[in-house]
Amino acid sequence: MPQPIVIAGSGLAGYTLAREFRKLDRDTPLLILSRDAAGFYSKPMLSNALSGNRTAESLVMKSAEKMATELNATIRARVDIAMIDPQRRVIELVDGEQIAFRDLVLALGADPIHLPIEGDGAADILSVNDLDDFARFASHLHDAKRIVVLGGGLIGCEFANDLLARGIEPVVIDIAAWPLGRLLPEAAATWFRQQLEAAGVSFRMGVSVTSVARNGGNYHVSLSDGSVLDTDLVLSAVGLRPRIALASAAGLAVNRGIRVDRRLASSQPNIHAIGDCAEVEGLVLPFVMPIMQQARALAATLAGTPTRLNYPAMPVVVKTPACPTVVCPPAPDAQGSWQILGGQDAAAGLEVQFLAPDEKLLGFALLGAATARKQALAAHAPATLA
Amino acid sequence: MKKWQCVVCGFIYDEAAGMPEDGIAAGTRWEDIPADWACPDCGVAKADFEMAVI
Repeated sequence: MPQPIVIAGSGLAGYTLAREFRKLDRDTPLLILSRDAAGFYSKPMLSNALSGNRTAESLVMKSAEKMATELNATIRARVDIAMIDPQRRVIELVDGEQIAFRDLVLALGADPIHLPIEGDGAADILSVNDLDDFARFASHLHDAKRIVVLGGGLIGCEFANDLLARGIEPVVIDIAAWPLGRLLPEAAATWFRQQLEAAGVSFRMGVSVTSVARNGGNYHVSLSDGSVLDTDLVLSAVGLRPRIALASAAGLAVNRGIRVDRRLASSQPNIHAIGDCAEVEGLVLPFVMPIMQQARALAATLAGTPTRLNYPAMPVVVKTPACPTVVCPPAPDAQGSWQILGGQDAAAGLEVQFLAPDEKLLGFALLGAATARKQALAAHAPATLA
Repeated sequence: MKKWQCVVCGFIYDEAAGMPEDGIAAGTRWEDIPADWACPDCGVAKADFEMAVI
């Protein structure tokens, strides 16, 4: 029996790669290792599960057993990898078991960032980064009326909007001046904020949380401006840090993520990385569309047709029903400026375009009804990785 | 008329509504959408969509 392709991780990246690979190769043994129960679920749905009345159980679309059958793969749930030996092409589990691989794909994901916060309630701050986290979060919601959400980025705003479906009053706190600060220019963010506020979300921008103190069954949250909020629960959504420790210990080149080239190859032969743990030519893009592109390219490469990764323009959908939003951010080094189109008529939504001095479209954001223009604009936006 | 849901991102294709802004007329049935069509939100292939509700 030939040695398997081992996929470390059963999130969207790992399972999508397995599915794409099986479209090209039915026979090569596949082994998928998972830290959790290895059920297939969609991580983007965690931040809008409440309004859909979904539970941790109902979010699982397919069990590990079903996935194993569909993918003709061996799936091992609840295992932890202790180390990788690139020279011998072996991974070792924490219980000492050794597994040889033909190729290893690291689809390890990312860890939530925890802000340094004082107080005896800081340890109770929740973050929702996987299905097990979501189950814990949901179990705390029954008695909650008020929730403080740390982080006004995409995930924080999605959770805040979703909590409204449970009749919970969310307060979003961020040191940035406006929500979706990395994605939207101020004018668009202001419009976005107004729509969410009208729906019931509160924002405290330009401040940080200094401490979270227990107060009976709930919490006092102290802010940097001296004010104190009473809340039933604190949810943190301040960003993700790619999981690089395993790769780094094995001598793979790492930076913010595990460094890979346009073929998703790491600095060691036969070891690849995709998804939220991977840094492709300097880009760490924790969204679904890049994962699809990566999985297709790497599946072809692993099936014997070396294939370079390309990224088209990849608009990001912000799932905030109070203000549907699509953002295709300009490249970090793009030269140009934001132009506002519309916005007077709330029903028509808001469109902003990032234009080069020669009027070439380099990025855009669409809010409300303007999101219908997504495909039309994406066709004219530059590729992220051509 | 049926609705189909993307298994990856939750995007729903509603046959009754179609996607006129993308050239798919209202009332276009799922089987009449080209095989190379992909989810507009996440890029998952048509073959990987699942039926959501009828």
